[in-house]
Amino acid sequence: MGGFAFYVWTSYAIFAAIFAWNVIQPLVHRRRVRERLARRLRRMQP
Amino acid sequence: MAQREAVIPATTTRRLWTWFHRLASPRYFYELAGRLIPWFGWAAAVLLAAGLYGGLWLAPPDYQQGDAYRIIFIHVPAAWMSLFAYVAMAGAGFIGLVWRIKLAEVVARACAPLGASFTLLALCTGSLWGKPMWGAYWVWDARLTSELVLLFLYLGYIALDAAIEDRRKAARATSVLALVGVVDIPIIHYSVEWWHTLHQGPTVFKLGGPSISLDMLVPLLLMVVAFKLFFFAMMLVRARTEVLEREVNSAWVREVVGEP
Repeated sequence: MGGFAFYVWTSYAIFAAIFAWNVIQPLVHRRRVRERLARRLRRMQP
Repeated sequence: MAQREAVIPATTTRRLWTWFHRLASPRYFYELAGRLIPWFGWAAAVLLAAGLYGGLWLAPPDYQQGDAYRIIFIHVPAAWMSLFAYVAMAGAGFIGLVWRIKLAEVVARACAPLGASFTLLALCTGSLWGKPMWGAYWVWDARLTSELVLLFLYLGYIALDAAIEDRRKAARATSVLALVGVVDIPIIHYSVEWWHTLHQGPTVFKLGGPSISLDMLVPLLLMVVAFKLFFFAMMLVRARTEVLEREVNSAWVREVVGEP
């Protein structure tokens, strides 16, 4: 990267990290919510 | 004056209106969004790959900045999306505030973490680009400062939302915050014209058309579209999850959640 490797690759690394978090966190949160709601609904109808 | 003739037939207007009404229904939104998310997501992935390939491999080095300019393929899409997400958030908030549509409140809330992420990304990549080019990681120029303010607006929005338990009160408060802060958007956009800034002026959206070379412009636009599709995909994921939580007492949620 013509001497600018640190700046360019760090930028792309931050991009990758932020995008990864924005993919993983909502999906993990969704799974947890579904499990919590399923448990609550199961308890309501024994 | 002669009787006015409808330019759009009444049936089309009625169908559009009906569709908007249905869209406000949480259940319909949940199902529609569920079908759209994979399309947005995979399209985003493909365009990201194409944009990254075009920007990192195909595009030549810049005659002034060498390879450092390649940060543009992250920085500009992130910055544009930071503005877009805020306008979407404020717009949805406005609709929720005025028409009391729950789904608008849900969508507004879903925009916030993504908008904050894009703003942070724009600031970090801008800083990393500024150090080799300007010699400084940060300057208090109008564009950088107003974008930093945008980050504070997003974080303030998220914090305010977390601080209020009642969802409808939280939506009202955050919508007001979003609307008050929306003035920052034109400030950010026009900052490079209104003030003497270190940050460069418009290169794409200006009179006379873009002055950036085509082999750099194409990957840039691919990344812009990719970021937009990514935003829609993950915003809808967040919104759908909140819809499940809010509508938990409905029969349809019981069905959805009951499935493994």
